[in-house]
Amino acid sequence: MEALSLTTPLDTETVRNLQAGDSVLLNGVIYTARDAAHQRLVESADAGRPLPFPIKGQVLYYVGPAPAPSGWAVGPAGPTTSGRMDPYTPRLLELGLKGMIGKGSRSAGVIEAMKRHDAVYLGAVGGAAALVAKSVTGVEIVAYEDLGPEAVYRFTVSHLPLTVLIDCQGRNLYVTGPEKYRRQTQT
Amino acid sequence: MEEIRQIKSDLVEDAVKALFLKANTSIGQDIYNALSDGLNKKEESPCGRDVLGQILRNHDIAREEGVPICQDTGMAVVFLDIGQDVHITGGGLEEAVNRGVARAYEEGFFRKSVVNDPLFDRKNTGDNTPAVIHARIVPGRLLDIMVTPKGFGSENMSALKMLTPAEGVQGVENFVVETVISAGPNPCPPTVVGVGVGGTMEKAALLAKRATLRPVNERHPDSRYAELEIRMFERINNSGIGPAGLGGRITSLAVHLEHAPAHIAGTAVAVNVCCHACRHAQVTL
Repeated sequence: MEALSLTTPLDTETVRNLQAGDSVLLNGVIYTARDAAHQRLVESADAGRPLPFPIKGQVLYYVGPAPAPSGWAVGPAGPTTSGRMDPYTPRLLELGLKGMIGKGSRSAGVIEAMKRHDAVYLGAVGGAAALVAKSVTGVEIVAYEDLGPEAVYRFTVSHLPLTVLIDCQGRNLYVTGPEKYRRQTQT
Repeated sequence: MEEIRQIKSDLVEDAVKALFLKANTSIGQDIYNALSDGLNKKEESPCGRDVLGQILRNHDIAREEGVPICQDTGMAVVFLDIGQDVHITGGGLEEAVNRGVARAYEEGFFRKSVVNDPLFDRKNTGDNTPAVIHARIVPGRLLDIMVTPKGFGSENMSALKMLTPAEGVQGVENFVVETVISAGPNPCPPTVVGVGVGGTMEKAALLAKRATLRPVNERHPDSRYAELEIRMFERINNSGIGPAGLGGRITSLAVHLEHAPAHIAGTAVAVNVCCHACRHAQVTL
């Protein structure tokens, strides 16, 4: 399947052109965040404090990498389950977050917020962690160093292979994909 | 009387270390072939083919460069078949296994994913121990070690149910198929589904775990059970869930069932789901 090349940060027009099921190769800078970092980001926003990085147009990757072997920028870094971030996501979308990378379904609240703010949810293949790490060419710590693997890192990625899971119109590949290939079992 | 064979605990420690280093970085040829076969012959969905291609490339990178296949290098599960004429010397067997696990997870740059207490402390033990050890005494003078690092995206989708004998074959079939289909994309399909039927509650669970370790091209020797495996496999793959849950034909690579004698009043059934990185390695000392 022909993959679209995308470069971060993302603007509204780019996001509107993406459709659930599209293959994407992502380039540029992305930020890592999982449970604890999400909680702190939203606390900062609610307290009126600046976030540790400009979130407008940016893409978050839900990941807790393994330690980096020598010669690697980062250890294997496959996606974690996105649903755990759902309670915080609408607030971050409101602040201008344009994309998220993870695996697994999202809540109705997140999908509504994605439609409202023109954002996209991208999937990396769970378990294909060495492949993802190969696409990461640079790593820098940005914030919350005390959280260890849960800290916010800035990854520079080159040709990171992703699939559009949910687009900004709410089309959801986890629903439409299986529907298309479902077969009646002969009994 | 058979002469007792001495095996040094250090030898067990080294073997366990080597097995976890291998299992976490190098997928079995049976799984690799099943994924290739899915990509080349069976998968019709473009997204599904894309995912299978990425999984195979990931296995190639992990094997060539000696890095973990997945950042979730799992809980360390160890099966020991201990010959009754074996005597372990130079320290405790469990301690030796745990030292082997700790060294593998340190030297292999594997993620340490074990906390000391499930509810209150939840403090990382720092070396991925303790291992979950299943030992049994068997005839002979050999020590067989099988290890399987178990990731929790798929372990969390596992289930167990005590059926009545009246629910029979159909009850087992429905429970297994419904468990796998309702898990959707969460266990990182295409999965290997282990099913344990019979015995007591814990016996069924253990059979299910062992069933995930059977090579994926091997059928159950009893044709009635082999046919049941095929029926469950077909129903799961007719669900359309597909690789990574993006839609497609290949939702599971295999369904393996192991069974044991059961009580007159019950049929225990356990389903242990394993992700596409169905990692295990074995050695006989």
